[in-house]
Amino acid sequence: MAKLKSVGELEALRKSITGKRDPKKAVITVCNGTGCHAHGCKAVTAAFQDEVKKQKLQNTVDIRATGCHGFCERGPLVVIKPKDIFYQRVRVKDVPEILTETIGKGNVIERMLYTDRAPGKKITCESDVPFYKLQKRLVFGNNGLIDPTSIEDYLAVGGYAALAKALKMKPEAIIDEVKKAGLRGRGGGGFPTGNKWESTRKAKGKTKYVICNADEGDPGAYMDRSLVEGNPHSFLEGMIIGAYAIGANQGYIYIRNEYPLAVRHVHIAIEQAEASGLLGKNILGSGFNFDIKVQRGGGAFICGESTALMASLEGRVGEPRAKYIHTSDQGLWGQPTNLNNVETWANVPLIINNGADWYRQIGTKNSKGTKIFSLVGNITNTGLVEVPMGITLREIIYDLGGGIPKGRKFKAVQTGGPSGGVIPESLLDLPVDFDELVKVGSMMGSGGMIVMDDKTCMVNIANYFVSFLEGESCGKCVPCREGLQQMKYILTGITEGRGKKGDIELLEELSAVLVDAALCALGQQAPNPVLSTIKYFRDEYEAHINDKQCPAGVCNLEAVKVK
Amino acid sequence: MVKLTINGRKITAEEGTTILYAARDNNIYIPTLCENEAVAPYGACRLCLVEIKTAKGRERLVTSCIYQVEEGLAVQTDTERIQRIRKMLLELLLARCPESQVIKDLAEKVGVTKTRFVKQKGNNDCILCANCARTCEEVVGVAAISLARRGVDRELTTPFNEDFTEACIGCGSCAYSCPTGAITMEDKRGTRRIKWPHNKMEFKLKKCSVCGQYWAPEKQIEYIAKTSGTPLSDYDACPDCRE
Repeated sequence: MAKLKSVGELEALRKSITGKRDPKKAVITVCNGTGCHAHGCKAVTAAFQDEVKKQKLQNTVDIRATGCHGFCERGPLVVIKPKDIFYQRVRVKDVPEILTETIGKGNVIERMLYTDRAPGKKITCESDVPFYKLQKRLVFGNNGLIDPTSIEDYLAVGGYAALAKALKMKPEAIIDEVKKAGLRGRGGGGFPTGNKWESTRKAKGKTKYVICNADEGDPGAYMDRSLVEGNPHSFLEGMIIGAYAIGANQGYIYIRNEYPLAVRHVHIAIEQAEASGLLGKNILGSGFNFDIKVQRGGGAFICGESTALMASLEGRVGEPRAKYIHTSDQGLWGQPTNLNNVETWANVPLIINNGADWYRQIGTKNSKGTKIFSLVGNITNTGLVEVPMGITLREIIYDLGGGIPKGRKFKAVQTGGPSGGVIPESLLDLPVDFDELVKVGSMMGSGGMIVMDDKTCMVNIANYFVSFLEGESCGKCVPCREGLQQMKYILTGITEGRGKKGDIELLEELSAVLVDAALCALGQQAPNPVLSTIKYFRDEYEAHINDKQCPAGVCNLEAVKVK
Repeated sequence: MVKLTINGRKITAEEGTTILYAARDNNIYIPTLCENEAVAPYGACRLCLVEIKTAKGRERLVTSCIYQVEEGLAVQTDTERIQRIRKMLLELLLARCPESQVIKDLAEKVGVTKTRFVKQKGNNDCILCANCARTCEEVVGVAAISLARRGVDRELTTPFNEDFTEACIGCGSCAYSCPTGAITMEDKRGTRRIKWPHNKMEFKLKKCSVCGQYWAPEKQIEYIAKTSGTPLSDYDACPDCRE
């Protein structure tokens, strides 16, 4: 692709791409996210390509391998555009039939349609499936439309229009727009993004950096992975806009090495953006230069913490430091640095394209926009959902998620990753936003949502998360390193029948000190699972300790006695 | 100069001074373990936490070995909350290093005589404050030892956990900077023995050409000669016998 030298050339290219595409021509999109890979989407995609050749349908239909559609429970997912016919759990043997029946004759194959559980009726269109219908897929929506390895696809859906618009704006005006939009960091902190950009822009320093944190590591959470895999240009565009607003010429993407598909797609996207003149020197003829380097993480959960991430980028051990001097003043290599996570960056083009006033209409008073959650655990519809802030937990779990499978009862939902809190049924009507979740002892975190049924033991769950965090603590500060280990000993003791009077109080006392005294957010928030389970399920702890019984029937309290 | 109060006492301190040093200059005690003037502040032991109220009225807990003085800052070093934190930290450290006299003494000072936690074995007296490794890197400049692994598996060690580290010059700064005495050093019959919690190493000492006393490890002398650009022959005699 030739380098684009102006906004005019970008728009001309977009026109020529969309002009060549017949909107009436059928497109079979096959979800190629990691979830669908596990269900065998690669073979299904290949079968479609072979079969199209065999049936000589090249002029009738296009096959497109897209990013994650979100409904991972039902993969491999196939959506046929422009009619929006939604087939689920498609197998290789179904492929010829789809081509002859649906593409050839226009018939819908009932067998592969989604059946709505409650009314028991088949649903034809993707947008009518309750799982999708109740979502607001602003950031995530394009995932199902484009081939993530094709910049043409991204341009065809309006990609890089926000960048073109931003390059004509004054940097301060972009920052004002992001501030006015009320965008808050999606990585867990919830810090106002515009304010962070402004501090970095105003900070003294010749060289400034922007960083994309793609080191998603919460167990059961994969929002960022699906965005990077499925629509890498979206957050690249956000980063370029942010870098221009902040005055940075170098960016870094710190990405988990355990996400091989995401790593591959981000490399492809960067190469394409560079070749098109959207990255590198004199972007779209604006005189603005910006480069991005990709750094793969070594597998430490703590490297998702901003200061530890920067230490790791510098080639040092990934350990956090006190943030009395903000990274916006002294971050990477001591220079002003702005770090945001993937989802935050991906929100930026939306705000620039549609304006802050439009964005502000979505969400609650202090949490604007949408949030992507990964809905996992004991839930009927496992997958990724993008919902407006302020939606209730009940709506997410029952209306979108389809409730608890196997006729079991809901018990609790854990939000915010391993250091989030557990929320009981009595609080299910809680509107989900940054502040409300904190009020009940949990947090938004990066968007993990683990649903648990009545066969889940709350002490065992607390022990699981504490053990995870104990293993991921960097070990620098005393309360986190020693405190989590002792917490694990106490919790393990309770689940094995060795619990004694005073254990609950000691856990509470120790937790309070971690909250106060740990060096970074990992240690400060680590007691959340313990404190919230004690708060809402104290009787379960007491049953383990006093009666040597596990009400959920999970823990083997006889283990010790038998030995 | 910056004006602030510590425990209600009005004091002044130079800009850029940490709360900890401002307190020490005014004979106000704040316990520390990982603090060492020779190296950059680290903030790992958390014993020096203090409560502050900024001029703008923001109240929070901060690490006094890192946080710098500000105009109008009100610092409290010994509130009930701070005492509660210190007691818990020392209970945790007592569980980690039950035999350490330094920890036992410090614990007693804040009113802790025993720990409710499971006592660990095999940690020696090392509290993982990294004073040794930081001194070795920042002051000596050789980074011969470091902390490996993470979390509770963290330990001070040599490269590949061997009883040898090529970069070590035997200067003993690690032993001097260790707050709990977990690293020991002994000079005997022309040999220096350094014992780290999990490794040990020996160094040949140099004999003074004048008085005949052993006065420094040969590797350290070679390192000094090299880094200062002076001939090795300058170090034949010990500092006392040198002109």
